[in-house]
Amino acid sequence: MNLTPVLSANWDQERSWTLDAYEAQGGYQAVRKALAMEPDAVIQLVKDSGLRGRGGAGFPTGNKWGFIPQGDGKPHYLVVNADESEPGTCKDMPLLLASPHTLLEGIVISSYAIRANQAFIYVRGEVLHIVRRLQAAVADAYAKGYLGKGVFGTGYDLDVVVHAGAGAYICGEETALLDSLEGYRGQPRLRPPFPAVAGLYASPTVINNVESIASVPAIVAGGADWFRKMGTEKSPGFTIYSLSGHVTRPGQYEAPLGVTLRELLDLAGGVREGHRLKFWTPGGSSTPLLTAEHLDVPLDYEGMQSAGSMLGTKALQIFDETTCVVRAVQRWTEFYAHESCGKCSPCREGTFWMVQIFDRLERGTGTEEDITTLLDVCDNMFGRVFCALGDGATSPVVSSIQYFRDEFVAHFTERGCPFDPTASTLFAAAGARG
Amino acid sequence: MALSEKTRAEAREIIARYPQPRSALLPMLHLCQAEEGYVTPDAIALCAEELGLTKAEVAAVATFYTMYKREPVGDYHVGVCTNTLCAVMGGDAIFAALKEHLGVGNDETTDDGKVTLEHIECNAACDFAPVVMVNWEFFDNQTPESARQLVDRLRAGDPPMPTRGATLCTWREAARVLAGFYDGRADEGPSAGPETLVGLKLARERGDSAPAMERGAE
Repeated sequence: MNLTPVLSANWDQERSWTLDAYEAQGGYQAVRKALAMEPDAVIQLVKDSGLRGRGGAGFPTGNKWGFIPQGDGKPHYLVVNADESEPGTCKDMPLLLASPHTLLEGIVISSYAIRANQAFIYVRGEVLHIVRRLQAAVADAYAKGYLGKGVFGTGYDLDVVVHAGAGAYICGEETALLDSLEGYRGQPRLRPPFPAVAGLYASPTVINNVESIASVPAIVAGGADWFRKMGTEKSPGFTIYSLSGHVTRPGQYEAPLGVTLRELLDLAGGVREGHRLKFWTPGGSSTPLLTAEHLDVPLDYEGMQSAGSMLGTKALQIFDETTCVVRAVQRWTEFYAHESCGKCSPCREGTFWMVQIFDRLERGTGTEEDITTLLDVCDNMFGRVFCALGDGATSPVVSSIQYFRDEFVAHFTERGCPFDPTASTLFAAAGARG
Repeated sequence: MALSEKTRAEAREIIARYPQPRSALLPMLHLCQAEEGYVTPDAIALCAEELGLTKAEVAAVATFYTMYKREPVGDYHVGVCTNTLCAVMGGDAIFAALKEHLGVGNDETTDDGKVTLEHIECNAACDFAPVVMVNWEFFDNQTPESARQLVDRLRAGDPPMPTRGATLCTWREAARVLAGFYDGRADEGPSAGPETLVGLKLARERGDSAPAMERGAE
């Protein structure tokens, strides 16, 4: 397996976040090429590349753009989803910290393609320095004529606003993000109509993840065939895999889609010394847990689906045998309960009651019936809610019971959690400093 | 206390950034926190007046988002990630250690008004777990001991540099940046942390790269 740094290739350059450093590495060349093409040709190129949305759902980016009605007389909008909040997911924030201009170049190309004159970057608020880097990058791009009236000396106008959120996981859901950007509580909308027809201010809107838009300049520069030299037929291209948890060298690994966790773990020095893999998430907590038996399943959209999970955000959270799966899923469930927007009853009530059940399970006062109730609650949530938050909340619960039912049972037969939480900490080896 | 005319003028600047005025509401609430430290009834009134909304409509939004506070916050907001991965890696131990060390519970402020402690959700830095945020700046790879030293320095008026960020500003100054008023500090701090670069470094060592682009490729 070959690593394929494209998005990350300039991250170790001196002052990589600045416009000058970005241009010295060949930045803002692809946009000139794109602006000399017809907008429809840019859409076609992205369609041909097979780029699929990197925010989790994997919807083909070019197709999304193609749904925007043209000649409708309404303003069009591009909204970049930089609300990275899915537990375990940590790829977009380092990209924006190190190279905000990669995103800006992608924004100019993408906005031109869908004929939008206004773009928004909706960035989560809890990342102050990343907000600064974006603000500075946008200001520098305006000063250089790369944004604003007649960008790059063409007749095309584009304004970009950096919009900081205020702490709500649900705003990563694209229609909740739009409500939030319009100044409302972030609650998802019923679809149809889809955002491509009636999105921001009821106008045609494309919402794409940071990594999706940041991949566009390389696709324009290299071409669709070049992009397809990496990855698989149905999941082409390079992508950023984020390894975290009980792994020797956690971090960002940019590789072709379709690599396996075994290959990535080899590069990352394996599970931390003296321990073995217990469970992992392929793409954040909303993707069903997998185990050591799935180490050789390709990390692409099809591979993860065949294993009963999802590729999601490629956030590979690694947990070794010291970790209590009940505690882990309890905490995720508390997260979903905290972040449920409250609009749909099955999610609002289901996450609330699952927290109560997990609390007694972890304390050792649960029963066999609690496990049945958890599965029943999940059955009543999945597919019965407006958005993916409710569906996602069921993923760790159902999959953990599927693979570790005995461990749930052990919590009440042993009248308590059989694990020592100290053993799973990073500083356990150093004698639990503290 | 009524908000200043400067804040009102800046709220109007924010409104002018957007095609429709109501989009300015979130940054306006950040701006109000920048002046008063939290979202006060006067702040809600100001936003309602400027946007032609009812106070109930503004309050409904302000209470939905966790970054808007209903009570005063210390100079330094210390957020300990206790979502699953950070919790397992030591976040729970760090949060417990800080509660004991500072003598405060969740969402409470020390008597000297310096530090507000809160457990927070995933902050997108899992490769640096366990993570502590101070005024939304990253303090990576923390331990209970390092976190205690961190808050001691905050209370002593000697704030350390974030791992990946700029010289710490106060809670209110941070809120001003989030409202869209850039403070000129983007050039401080590194491009990346070591974990961010681990794959790139390995690719260089191994001679790995993406396929070469053909000249004139389309």
